[in-house]
Amino acid sequence: MTADPTGRARRLDDAFLVAGSSSFTDFVSAYRPELLPSGRPLPSGASLEAPHGTTIVSLLFDGGVIMAGDRRATMGNVIANRDMEKVFAADSYSVVGIAGTAGVAIELVRLYQVELEHYEKIEGAIMSLEGKANRLASMIRGNLALAMQGLTVVPTYAGFDLETDAGRIYSYDVTGGCYIEGGHHSTGSGSVFARGSLKKLWRPGLAEEAAVGIAVEALYDAADDDSATGGPDLGRQIWPTVAVVDRMGSRFVSQPDLEAHVQRIVAARRDNPGGAR
Amino acid sequence: MSMPFYVPPEQVMKDRADFARKGIARGRSVIVLGYDKGIAFVAENPSRALHKVSEIYDRIAFGAVGRYNEFESLRVAGIRYADLRGYSYDRTDVTARALANTYAQTLGAVFTQESKPFEIEIVVAEVGLTPEEDQIFRLTYDGSVADEQGFVVMGGASEKAEERLGAAWRPGLSLGESLRLAVDVLAASGDNGERREIGASQLEVAVLDRERPRRTFRRIVGPLLTSLLSHVNPTSDAPSTDEGHPGHPEVLSGDSADDGTSSPSDPGPAV
Repeated sequence: MTADPTGRARRLDDAFLVAGSSSFTDFVSAYRPELLPSGRPLPSGASLEAPHGTTIVSLLFDGGVIMAGDRRATMGNVIANRDMEKVFAADSYSVVGIAGTAGVAIELVRLYQVELEHYEKIEGAIMSLEGKANRLASMIRGNLALAMQGLTVVPTYAGFDLETDAGRIYSYDVTGGCYIEGGHHSTGSGSVFARGSLKKLWRPGLAEEAAVGIAVEALYDAADDDSATGGPDLGRQIWPTVAVVDRMGSRFVSQPDLEAHVQRIVAARRDNPGGAR
Repeated sequence: MSMPFYVPPEQVMKDRADFARKGIARGRSVIVLGYDKGIAFVAENPSRALHKVSEIYDRIAFGAVGRYNEFESLRVAGIRYADLRGYSYDRTDVTARALANTYAQTLGAVFTQESKPFEIEIVVAEVGLTPEEDQIFRLTYDGSVADEQGFVVMGGASEKAEERLGAAWRPGLSLGESLRLAVDVLAASGDNGERREIGASQLEVAVLDRERPRRTFRRIVGPLLTSLLSHVNPTSDAPSTDEGHPGHPEVLSGDSADDGTSSPSDPGPAV
């Protein structure tokens, strides 16, 4: 399909026909490296200001795992976007949430989604959850040069492990370290406050409905004290993004359900701003 | 110094074509045919692991006959081509026509330039939003492309089978009817004209389901396939929702399609 240096008729490049690899990232980095975030040369010198996404919380419940993210992106002290999505379905049984430089993070998520689907199609099987978490880690590692210029991406990955029949949360650091989290986890600028909230509210064996409520409440607490995290916007009807993954697969909680959770929390916080109970 | 014998180019091409055709005719047939809600692929293939039919992209699938190693490398190349295009443009910019052209160039180049032509025949099909928008491309060993209407038979005694299928196929068949027709054609086109019995276990069946969002490719296996093929009390259609048990998302087996409350120890279908 491309112009061939050897002057043969136009045909698929050998890179397409070579056997062995089921990884889309490996294929692209060999064939068109400039399409990857890690394959582009970096300008040296000063860092630049770009929109940042913030808080992601995830928690286990009885039968699966929940991930929720606020909707705000900030650039310095300006709100760059009010209704950005930061939680994405990675494949049928897992979700990925992103905190950090929005542009690089969204590109990374798109690449990751194709990576998983590509493997599924070539191998005819779903990758193990551990395998999927490790693929994401290696993609973060490839992003290290960008991170050192201030374009950091720190994802959280949550999925349902079909082999052990349980939900799992994986957290990452900027160098690609991948850690299994027990119970709950939060990342991004509001994570300190969300973690405090989750510590008090989360307990093992939660029902799904209660766990969705706790995720929304933890984001509410994060937005209460962190200016870069967006709280639920009743005027514009903007609610957090909440994804549920269980043995039936991954799905997003509907807008009316989220609105009900938000209304309940807002009502409970009237005259009780800290949510003491 | 010895001079090689002069062989006219017509003879070279004819020899190569004969060689490829013989290789293709040795294998079992694959039938691709349209039905009211999509495009069905029916392959006679007792293996559960080595597929002749595969997903390429959201609305595009691939079917092949001939040498496994040769069409497998083209299948993988097609998935790479489609994923790269979808990643750098948009999912809607991946088309069967572009993929068929690319395959045709590759098959044509191998036919004229390599020491041995590919002994394969492939189909690239894309399901449209309406039956009129369905596209089925047949590609042969020498790189020629044909835009087929409604159905294709490849491999084995394909000429006889194609006649038979052409006489009985019409637009708007249900999935059950079209699968039973395809199996009937496969069974009647044996090597020596004898009818054979072909059971669900010897078949690889998959569909591109027009009504699904995003990825439309589903393999049909197990009890669902048996009941679709059954002449007594037949099922006419595949379920439009995915199954509630963990398994490969592209597989429909009919095992627990009625509810999502199967026990956690349910291992899901063997794929």
